[in-house]
Amino acid sequence: MLQKYCFFKSTIGRKQLVALTGLILSLFVLTHMAGNLLILVSPQKYNEYAHSLVSNPFLELIEWVLLFALVSHFIIAMKLQINNFKAKPQAYARSGQGKKGTDPVSQTMAIQGLLILVFIVLHLITFKYGTSYEVNYGTGPMRDLHRLVVEVFHNPIYVGWYLVALVVLGLHLKHGVKSLFQTLGFNHPKYQCALQVFALLYAIVVSCGFIIQPIYVYFIFQN
Amino acid sequence: MKTINLKLKIWRQSGPEDKGHFMDFNATNISTDMSFLEMLDVVNSDLIKQNKEPIEFDHDCREGICGTCSLVINGSAHGPELGTTTCQLHMRKFNDNDTVYIEPFRAKAFPVIKDLVVDRSAFDRIIAAGGFISVNTGSAQDANAIPVAKEKADLSFAAATCIGCGACVASCKNASASLFVAAKMAHLNLLPQGQPEKENRALAMVAQMDQEGFGSCTNTGVCSAACPKEISLETIAQMNRTFLQASLGNRPPTKLSEGGF
Ligand code: FES
Repeated sequence: MLQKYCFFKSTIGRKQLVALTGLILSLFVLTHMAGNLLILVSPQKYNEYAHSLVSNPFLELIEWVLLFALVSHFIIAMKLQINNFKAKPQAYARSGQGKKGTDPVSQTMAIQGLLILVFIVLHLITFKYGTSYEVNYGTGPMRDLHRLVVEVFHNPIYVGWYLVALVVLGLHLKHGVKSLFQTLGFNHPKYQCALQVFALLYAIVVSCGFIIQPIYVYFIFQN
Repeated sequence: MKTINLKLKIWRQSGPEDKGHFMDFNATNISTDMSFLEMLDVVNSDLIKQNKEPIEFDHDCREGICGTCSLVINGSAHGPELGTTTCQLHMRKFNDNDTVYIEPFRAKAFPVIKDLVVDRSAFDRIIAAGGFISVNTGSAQDANAIPVAKEKADLSFAAATCIGCGACVASCKNASASLFVAAKMAHLNLLPQGQPEKENRALAMVAQMDQEGFGSCTNTGVCSAACPKEISLETIAQMNRTFLQASLGNRPPTKLSEGGF
């Protein structure tokens, strides 16, 4: 194919890859959030769910897909961002007012992305590769993830850091989910309004759903 | 007649290589019935009387239809009003003793020529890449020989109101030309006459847009707010859709058809 028509080189093509990988990642955070809510049911259900995940033979494949989506989402988006900085080498002395001003959430997507990346790395270290306690509910030994979660979220510093990161994740989703439809070509007066509401609700549900866990453990759950 | 006085901070730049800087001016006794460009005319005639170099700025029709006037006024392309070009902006929108920052459209793809004048020929090259339809010469076709649905014609016309001023690029934090390119594409792609070249047009115009050094769209929507013709963001989604469709299904132009389609 002619070089200049290469999909992966064009800004729109790359944006569409960011949108597609973003779609995978946003579906993942929704399921992750829903699984976390089992903490409200019982420690046993929580651990059993975690165990059923790690013992699923497809988990490794899914993990690779997610890692690939995350890395490509990040790299392509950052490359686009650098390109955008180059395209606008000088800022205005004043910023635009009202609708002619850029909303701060969409303006800081790259910074949010960086923060979320740092969060994900630390989060994996804390939990996925953290202390592995053991528990037995009569069906053989399994990891007592619940105990680790309780331990971690009794530390107010962790709770605070998670709150910040999860609010940023919510903001990132608010702009990201709305944008991914636009970037993939969905925008029509018939459903545009519904899409915007959907994106907002999606961000609120995921972000608040995640926030429930540290808050619940810190303030309500007693051993 | 009501008059106001303004403190102006205007960008002066002697040429493309110059770094440029803000210079202070006082605009005194400005009638509120004037347009923004007429206010600059007053400032310039004072400068000429004092034997100083007048401020260069672009203008032509002064009635909002040619797309020649530009300027970023207090950070907003074409000033604070929605759906207005700078030439249509009235001085009654300003208050006495306001400080007004006047800057050129800023983008790597729009290099400053002098003061407030920028080179927007990148837009012409995008149009030359694909913003046209090929028609046979010879006797004119019968009017209405090709049926066009009213709704399609209206949408196409709405996109065709783009005057190519570049306010979308100027107001975008990424200096993206998406709204301009999308409007030009929608204008042609919505009509039967635009169909044969639709996919090649999408690929060629997007490739040229990238080559000119415009940024990518991050869906902030500021372009549409700054657009004096209020072109909708829907056109950008249409462009993205056509581009994806073309990338998936189009056979690339062969060596023979390069140059035209
Ligand atoms: S001078 Fe023609 S649009 Fe402003």
